[in-house]
Amino acid sequence: MKSIIAYITEILKGIWTLLTGMKVTAKYFFTPWKHVTQQYPENRKTLKIAERFRGEVIMPHNENNEHKCTGCGICEINCPNGSIEIITKSLILEDGKKKRAIDQHIYHLGMCTFCNLCVKACPTGAIVMGQNFEHAVWDRSTLTKVLNQPGSKIMEGVKD
Amino acid sequence: MDELREIMITTDEIKTDEYLINMGPQHPSTHGVLRLLVQLEGEIVHNVQPHVGYIHSGIEKMAESLSYPQIGHLTDRMDYLSAHQNNEAVALCVENALQVEVPERVKYIRTIMSELSRLASHQLWWCVMGMDMGALTTFFYGLRDREDILDIFEETCGARLTVNYSIPGGLMFDIHPNFQRDVKAFIKKFKTKLPEYDRLLSGNVIFTERTKGVGFLSKEDAIAYGVTGPTGRASGFSCDLRKHRPYSAYDKVNFKEILSDVGDTYARYQVRMAEMWESMSIIEQLIDNIPEGDYAVKMKGVVKLPEGEFYQRVETARGEFGVFIVSDGKKNPYRVKFRSPGFSNLFAINHIAKGWKIADLVAIMSTFDLVIPDIDR
Amino acid sequence: MAFNIYDFTTLTKSIHEGLSSQFSPTATLAIEWTIVGLAYLLFVALFGLFLVYAERKVCAAFQQRMGPMRVGPWGLLQTIADFIKLLMKELIMPKNADKFLYNLAPFIVIIVTFMVISVIPFAPGLATFDFDIGVFFVTAVSSVGVIGILLAGWSSNNKYSLIGAMRSGAQIVSYELSVGLSLITMIILAGTMQISGIVEGQRDMWFIFKGHVPAVIAFFVFVIAGTAETNRGPFDLAEAESELTAGFHTEYSGIKFAFFFLAEYINLFIVAAMATTVFLGGWMPLHFGDFDSFNQIMDLMPGLFWFFFKVLGVMFLMMWFKWTFPRLRVDQILNLEWKYLLPINLFNILLMAAVVLFGLHF
Repeated sequence: MKSIIAYITEILKGIWTLLTGMKVTAKYFFTPWKHVTQQYPENRKTLKIAERFRGEVIMPHNENNEHKCTGCGICEINCPNGSIEIITKSLILEDGKKKRAIDQHIYHLGMCTFCNLCVKACPTGAIVMGQNFEHAVWDRSTLTKVLNQPGSKIMEGVKD
Repeated sequence: MDELREIMITTDEIKTDEYLINMGPQHPSTHGVLRLLVQLEGEIVHNVQPHVGYIHSGIEKMAESLSYPQIGHLTDRMDYLSAHQNNEAVALCVENALQVEVPERVKYIRTIMSELSRLASHQLWWCVMGMDMGALTTFFYGLRDREDILDIFEETCGARLTVNYSIPGGLMFDIHPNFQRDVKAFIKKFKTKLPEYDRLLSGNVIFTERTKGVGFLSKEDAIAYGVTGPTGRASGFSCDLRKHRPYSAYDKVNFKEILSDVGDTYARYQVRMAEMWESMSIIEQLIDNIPEGDYAVKMKGVVKLPEGEFYQRVETARGEFGVFIVSDGKKNPYRVKFRSPGFSNLFAINHIAKGWKIADLVAIMSTFDLVIPDIDR
Repeated sequence: MAFNIYDFTTLTKSIHEGLSSQFSPTATLAIEWTIVGLAYLLFVALFGLFLVYAERKVCAAFQQRMGPMRVGPWGLLQTIADFIKLLMKELIMPKNADKFLYNLAPFIVIIVTFMVISVIPFAPGLATFDFDIGVFFVTAVSSVGVIGILLAGWSSNNKYSLIGAMRSGAQIVSYELSVGLSLITMIILAGTMQISGIVEGQRDMWFIFKGHVPAVIAFFVFVIAGTAETNRGPFDLAEAESELTAGFHTEYSGIKFAFFFLAEYINLFIVAAMATTVFLGGWMPLHFGDFDSFNQIMDLMPGLFWFFFKVLGVMFLMMWFKWTFPRLRVDQILNLEWKYLLPINLFNILLMAAVVLFGLHF
């Protein structure tokens, strides 16, 4: 008799645990408007990206098409993957002295691991991390970018 | 002739043949490209042979050509669910070698981040465990709650998974102004969600039937195989480095080392569930007391370690993670070795799964909480 | 009859008479069979598609997701797009597969579902066959489906498939018992095996209310065993995707896979329809003994609506199971049947017999 009672309580206990589980899922089933997924890309406009989000390396330019990059190459040294290549040129200043300046700041987005070491190392704060994360392209070669805009020059007063 | 031989063999004696089955490299329950060569008799597992190396990425070798700050970002990609702890291990190892003392603020933030990422890792483990057992809904509940932690990471560290936040000398950034508020909000929310996990899965009669008394690992075997982390602690192996070798701010908080002496699949499950509560309590103790100060000490542009060998262990979500650096005084290490918890844990699987069924093998494997890049490196 | 306007008998009769006046009896029969066959094909295809969509939406709601949203408004055309994709897929056959059996298996599975569906009364006058052994026919024919699954697993020449098929075999053979016995419990109450008779017997009150305790137990046993027979979670051992990748249909692709997929959902419908017919009164509106005004209000809704309302309700219950519970292990599934469901069932039959014998039902 004892074993029969144990048998029945076992069944009832089992059913009870199953019902508690079903209660949890039912709670969510009957509140379907509380879904947690997002409808990307329809929600692009309302999408919130954290301001520190590391999407790509960018070089901000001001309205006069000036940047802060001196072409020192510290970011190139600090990059673990070789995704940054600095090509410099020599400018001859008015007083006849030669000065190093950035010719092309080449950034291979395809190799970048977004570790932030280049941005951290940059002595002049010329490069920062951008929030754009939609990097899909049809042609891999378009992932290689030149960060300094054509015709841009260094801002006044920025020194190595 | 061959056919004749076959007939002769089969007519000789009727017996059940063992057969081999390849679980993986592409298999839903191996969570990546792990290959298990399983020897089966019917449904019963006779032998499991793990084959690793399908995503071997040569991180240790790669590290030899990188400078010390650069190594850190590679460790994100090993055990991507414990990225913070891995970063911390490298950072601590380099700091110890250079005998740099980081500010208290850094220690507190590192500890909070480690615990948050342990929570995130355990959440993912829980939901994947449910999925392996066939309860697909758990997967979405776990990911839903993990999303909050990832948002906190994104806000403060700038990345969700491969954070690269702890660097030699301190942290990459200071915490975000909203950090404390968000963490507290998350803890408050998750405290209501965690009992729901229990109601949905832990108490479920089907789940307990499938896990209780299945896949035993004794304390002796756990030590012999080097099984650490929650998997080892479920067998009674007291191996929590946060307790035994406190680093960062772990010596300033009160927490229990979760131990169980049962050693079955359910014990491994329960240890992780209890660890989530402990992690939350650690975060709660620290979050309001983050001291003011710098978030990093000024390091030299080129970090050079003194000649010698340096080892640092931390407790990741999966177990003991060790960084061993041999330096010859240059800016690159001479040799780097990572002791990854997943690798040691995985090879106990043959010992545990022998004699159980295929379904049990899947359950046992998911309580090991394997991350394949952690195993292959 | 209060709900005459919703009766399909006159419609079918008029079609029959119209055809008989034009053609010979043999030709009439052939035309009628074709019409009925096409109607079932259309129904199975459309309802199958609807069920796949419904399952995905229900599952999404359980998991706090939105489910398919892209194709068509609220993703309504998603399953049609999936179906077109499946039709266009290449049919791949493993090199060492047993070609004949490999191709035969999906047809066996799908034919069985069509055979079972033919006895289900959708509305008054809307059933193809009405034998005096209708319930027996359902249990007998539905157990043939396992042959298709076994063949599929064996002929694929894949170990995962074979394990899945063997699990499925063990499972379905066991759970046939529970399905049969729980139906027998209700047959004791109904006193007939003819499906139209069973539905007619529930004019006053559905059997689940009429037979109270034993009927409720039988209902739950039937739903559990029925879920197991359709190879759905938590009894989806045969396909157990975390263990066996896809179980018995691992090697099937394209339309052959679609057959298995469709058969799974139609089997779900069949179990729900049988539960509806035997326990919940089939197309009978909700009636309670003497409450005439209440009964008349209930009669306003057509039998077809009542039938599908109840069927979808039972199906929702089974989806709820699937999206909440973890999967059982193969030995536990047999334990559940032989140690729990079978003894409960046998005891329940005795209880029902006593209830009927002493007239304790309502």
